[in-house]
Amino acid sequence: MIYREAGDFKTTYAADNQTFPIKGDRFAYYVVLAFALGVMPFIITDYWANAIVIPFLIYTIAALGLNILIGYCGQLSLGTGGFMAVGAYSSFKLMTSFPELSIVFVVILAGLCTAAVGVAFGLPSLRIKGFYLAVATLAAQFFLIWLFTRTGWFFNYSPTGMITAPTRTVFGYPVTGPRASAVSMYLFCLAFLIAVAWLARNLTRGTLGRKWMAIRDMDIAAEIIGVNPLTAKLSAFAVSSFFVGIAGALLFTVYLGAAEAGEAFGIDKSFLVLFMVIIGGLGSILGSFLGAFFLIVGPVLLKLLLVDNLRWPSDVAAHLEIMIIGALIIIFLVLEPHGLTALWRTIKEKLRLWPFPH
Amino acid sequence: MPDTMLFAMEAALNGLTAGVMYALVALGFVLIFKASGIFNFSQGVMALFAALTLVGLQSGQVPFAHLINAIFGTRIHYFGWTLPTLVAIAGTVAVMVAFAWLVERYIFRHLVNQEPIILFMATIGLAYFLEGLGDVMWGAEVKRLDVGIPQGMSGTVDDLTFAWFGYGFYMDTLELWAALIAGVLVLSLILFSQYTKQGRALRAVADDHQAALSVGISLRFIWVLVWSMAGIVALVAGMMWGAKSGVQFSLSLIALKALPVLILGGFTSIPGAIVGGLIIGVGERLFDFFLGPIIGGATENWFAYMLALVFLLFRPQGLFGEKIIERV
Amino acid sequence: MKMTRMAAVLAVTMTAAAPALAETLHFPMLNYRTGPFAPGGIAFADGYQDYLTLINERDGGINGVPIRMTECETAYNTERGVECYQGIRGDNPLVLQPLSTGITYQLIPRTMEDRVPMHTMGYGRTSAVNGEVFNWTFNYPANYWDGASVIINYLLEENDGSLDGKKIVLLYHNSAYGREPIPTLTRLSEREGFELLTIGVDSPGQEQGSQWLQIRRERPDYVVMWGWGVMNAVAIQEAANIRFPMENFIGVWWSGSEQDVRPAGQGAHGYKSLAMHGTGRDYPVYDDIQEYVIDRGLNAGTGDEVGTVLYSRGMYAAMLAVEAAKRAQELHDTDVITPAMMRDGMANLVITEELMEELGLPGFGPAFEVSCDNHGGSGEAMIQQWDANEGTWNLITDWIAPDRELIMEMVMEDSLAYARENDIEPQCLEMAGD
Repeated sequence: MIYREAGDFKTTYAADNQTFPIKGDRFAYYVVLAFALGVMPFIITDYWANAIVIPFLIYTIAALGLNILIGYCGQLSLGTGGFMAVGAYSSFKLMTSFPELSIVFVVILAGLCTAAVGVAFGLPSLRIKGFYLAVATLAAQFFLIWLFTRTGWFFNYSPTGMITAPTRTVFGYPVTGPRASAVSMYLFCLAFLIAVAWLARNLTRGTLGRKWMAIRDMDIAAEIIGVNPLTAKLSAFAVSSFFVGIAGALLFTVYLGAAEAGEAFGIDKSFLVLFMVIIGGLGSILGSFLGAFFLIVGPVLLKLLLVDNLRWPSDVAAHLEIMIIGALIIIFLVLEPHGLTALWRTIKEKLRLWPFPH
Repeated sequence: MPDTMLFAMEAALNGLTAGVMYALVALGFVLIFKASGIFNFSQGVMALFAALTLVGLQSGQVPFAHLINAIFGTRIHYFGWTLPTLVAIAGTVAVMVAFAWLVERYIFRHLVNQEPIILFMATIGLAYFLEGLGDVMWGAEVKRLDVGIPQGMSGTVDDLTFAWFGYGFYMDTLELWAALIAGVLVLSLILFSQYTKQGRALRAVADDHQAALSVGISLRFIWVLVWSMAGIVALVAGMMWGAKSGVQFSLSLIALKALPVLILGGFTSIPGAIVGGLIIGVGERLFDFFLGPIIGGATENWFAYMLALVFLLFRPQGLFGEKIIERV
Repeated sequence: MKMTRMAAVLAVTMTAAAPALAETLHFPMLNYRTGPFAPGGIAFADGYQDYLTLINERDGGINGVPIRMTECETAYNTERGVECYQGIRGDNPLVLQPLSTGITYQLIPRTMEDRVPMHTMGYGRTSAVNGEVFNWTFNYPANYWDGASVIINYLLEENDGSLDGKKIVLLYHNSAYGREPIPTLTRLSEREGFELLTIGVDSPGQEQGSQWLQIRRERPDYVVMWGWGVMNAVAIQEAANIRFPMENFIGVWWSGSEQDVRPAGQGAHGYKSLAMHGTGRDYPVYDDIQEYVIDRGLNAGTGDEVGTVLYSRGMYAAMLAVEAAKRAQELHDTDVITPAMMRDGMANLVITEELMEELGLPGFGPAFEVSCDNHGGSGEAMIQQWDANEGTWNLITDWIAPDRELIMEMVMEDSLAYARENDIEPQCLEMAGD
């Protein structure tokens, strides 16, 4: 009834190719955006910001990055944690070496550094494929973490090897360090997320995105029709690592404030982001949002439900939580192998016909 | 002979036995990948779970004691009996077979014909589930595993090498035993797959699913069979590693040591897993010996991956993997 | 699915909105009973919880005000630790004990901002000893630099006052925690003339083959270990395997619990470690714990961990927290104290031998005083040795004092650098207003 496309005529190609071709979708998108920018800053509490919303925003950026690599270009990578660490450590080095540099540029430059490292580790992808590549990217993960814990230059020779983010401001409001308020941190991350999502959407539907998808669907065929696998694969690694690096920089500067490579950017981070991408849906921008939402908010809700409401001992709850997440992953894959996006698509199909399904 | 040479030889020898320990874990991966094309990430957790079950049965722990106590307010922990090691091993094997059946019945039967990455994800989900289950079932404390394998420096090797070179080499008895057990395991796996009916069916399925199905081989039975075999291999790996460090959570991370072995040897080759393990074991120890002190040590976490990566650049399918043929 | 999630959200909001119970003292617990370090976390958490339960059951709380405990699972993971902290910070937490150096570093600036005291007993940031910079962080009775110095002082004593020409290996967990003692040991090696060799083990430390081969080649006189989790058990096993003389192998207090030595069986006999407190069930307080907690079925764990090293440590941490709360009540002349008052109690804590005796823990911990410029206590520790035949830790020395002069010098350097970086004016805080 409400959600339908009848009567929504397109008269130009541009209108037909827009991101949200259906009026209802477009409307919903603007509402969400208005809510996130106009309402959330006023109602957000410290707990919700720090426990749920900010990690959700940051991990969505990381998931978007990984989704470009895996979902659009078909290159399986398990090095996300290592690339996030590159973002974090380069932002630390930039912040401490150039205290005058605006934090916005610090984050972007950190993303660029990560992109360079990502391209270097993406080189083997020209020769190695599938799971072999996945395991090869683990080399990046372990090597980078080792490098950051062993080389004093990266953590300014602090005796413990911890890096700590100094306070930096945007328009006079601190966004990093202990004095940053929840609202400014939230808006800072949100701005990056919106920019990154916009970029991702427009890259993936342009020439570059089509090249990536051609490589994903069948690389030899793509090569024959004139897609250069070198530039396509490496550009996917570059863009993906750029996003992941931004996520790593934000995670360290805004959210954690202090970090240690092995602990904060270990292999489990790589898996976490991979889960988000797969549960959300490969090759889908919306999927990255849904996947991050599911895996950040889900455990917190489960914990609040089991520990705070049912009063179970926290260790039993934690074990059950792992089991439930594992089981949910399996159930999802059995019921809907293409992730939450596919689920959403089915709902949309149903909604279009509702209430007259025939 | 100069001392450095002797030390390097000692490091290399130790690398060989360590490589066998890696290969033990890698074997389980190969079995499942060969028969079903599933990259089973949960192999490490299966080793942990098997070892936990073994210790639990041996010491007569009540499964799920903590959960039961939390819900019903009771205080039960032990049955009060201890089982002889062999009986406990038999019990654990039964548990792993049951687990294989459940996995086939409730997960992979529904995922037939899915893309490899989906199957891979399912095994990660399985790994999480099993990790939580192991903790809920048997508790998260460190448990001592004693199956009667001697441990410590091998006196014979020390005396022999001292007599030859004037410097006693250090070898861990446990790792020597592990090498022996791995040998027996591989031998029996080969005998099984070459000379039994089920083994032939297994090879047929590994070669071509469709053809195997059409001559009447039950795919489901074969899947349960390989998962059980992988479970038994996991038990052996869990026993060996558990005897070294006690049975606790970190045991599941040995899977990460097996992955480079796997890509080096090729996903589909049992001899590849052994040879890959040996190369990685020796390479890692020698690298640490010669370059470790210069670049800061603790290289064992990444060196194996780098080595495998370099190998892959020359042979993208691993040393013994099946040649990848690409068509449009 | 949708409905249940809605219900969960509703339920959650309701919980979050529930008012804090008045007239109780909130002691949050950031525990880890899962993850790679769970075996250590469980025993500590049980000890902490059992002692607080004892206070509630036996005395009806601290000066009659009941203790309210909340538990939050961190799995030794920094992000979950921060999430836990966000969940409890609005609920008047009296003292935080994050039990992880990583989480401690996260929380130091946050607790300063939120004015919540934090106690990191035997871990965390060593330079928090300087209370003028780290107003809200305490690390009495001893820290890592003290520990390193105590070990060297003990070895000096063993070697008739000179370590000249000796070779000492530091085997450390390659993390912020494991690297803490390196600066202290480096300075001491320059002064005492011993050769220091540092060998790192990457977390978790399941594999230490090459490290121990190196140790075997180097033939050091002593091996000092800064390990945690599975690394301890593997190191002790490997040391036994290469037949390293166990009495020359000394661990820090986090590398000296029963679960570290048990897996190695007989091979661990003679292994030594630092002890910041006594162990075993021979203290009178255990009679009370048995009577009021275990016999009533209120104990947190299975009961067989009672009296073990890490259980004792958890209990000791709880004991110090309760004493600080008592001190705060006394100072402010009120029973229901706030986090700021608790900080005053901690900053003016005085532990005497008589007090320890009164609490049923004679000789369990050192006597020390806390002041504004010294949040680190006395820094004394003992050496304990494992007896594999009896399955017990035996204390083999009395309290050994660290070289406080050297350590304070290093503390000042590090803490003032921190103050400069973060624009902190070093000063003592005023007492909290009532």
